[in-house]
Amino acid sequence: MRIDYPANIKIIRLPCTGKIDVIHLLRAIQKGADGVYVVGCLEGTCHYNEGNYRARERVDHVRMLLEEIGLESDRVRMYNLSSGEGPTFAAYAKEMTEHIRSLGPNPLKASAKV
Amino acid sequence: MIVAKRKPFEEIKEMIKDYKKVLNVGCGTCVAVCLAGGEKEVAVLNAEIDMARKLDNNPVELGAQTVERQCDHEYLEELDDIVGDYDAIISMACGVGIQFLAERFPDIPVYPGVDTTGMSANQAVGWYEERCRSCGQCVLGMTAAICPVTMCAKGLYNGPCGGTNQGSCEIAMDQDCAWFRIYERLERQGRLKEIIEYTPPVEWNDQVPRTLIQPGYKKPEKAKES
Repeated sequence: MRIDYPANIKIIRLPCTGKIDVIHLLRAIQKGADGVYVVGCLEGTCHYNEGNYRARERVDHVRMLLEEIGLESDRVRMYNLSSGEGPTFAAYAKEMTEHIRSLGPNPLKASAKV
Repeated sequence: MIVAKRKPFEEIKEMIKDYKKVLNVGCGTCVAVCLAGGEKEVAVLNAEIDMARKLDNNPVELGAQTVERQCDHEYLEELDDIVGDYDAIISMACGVGIQFLAERFPDIPVYPGVDTTGMSANQAVGWYEERCRSCGQCVLGMTAAICPVTMCAKGLYNGPCGGTNQGSCEIAMDQDCAWFRIYERLERQGRLKEIIEYTPPVEWNDQVPRTLIQPGYKKPEKAKES
């Protein structure tokens, strides 16, 4: 398919988005990532029944924590697509990159220990 | 088990705002199982504090240590050589653990990281329902193993009040009437006549801190003197 998506995105592979924990997403922001998004399977199609629903819960929780900390909650988002949707994956990557660009860099970046 | 919930972040941030070096101590037993104050929750809270303080231009040095149980001298001992380096301690244990930790290190301010909510059963991952208020005078034998102290909004010992409403409590439709459930279960078990047994007023011996020494564990008098 050879579809381009923004080169600044670093992909971290997981067996299932249900493996995502609040601390993983927080650590990414703490270490200076400008944004983090979780891409899970379409809702209702999880092989483990509720992995992506659990991931969404955790993403929502992290968004709330970021607000409390004083950062924009929208630096963390969740998207859903099926594994056959290459073009949609690239479209979400582009959308997230543009969205984060509009928010500007992570204010913690200067002091972050990478 | 004992369950707790994380305190609001703002409250924790305010409590430790003047300290530059803070140790966050987790507890690896009850509050770890109920996902409120174990190793992972210590890491999450520390990440939050770290980021918030950096954004406020008031950075703080944070330590993280989780002990097996904070309600046990044996495990608190692990902290003896560490705490001296810190200005303050956050304890993410239940109220018992927080106080026990503070007793061991009386020169260092100790702040709670969680609100202890009670003794609950695990209905599903992260979902806990209170079942016992540890009143110290169990009546479950005559109430078909449904606790009226915990389940009844008024904690009534001898039958429902006038607010019982077709199985619900007058405080909310989704709150069961404890005495309706007790009646149902006693009837199901053919023990309904037991409902007329009378429980005299309790001694309210939960108004003072209670000490419990299990049979066979009382320290011998001789050993106590030495």
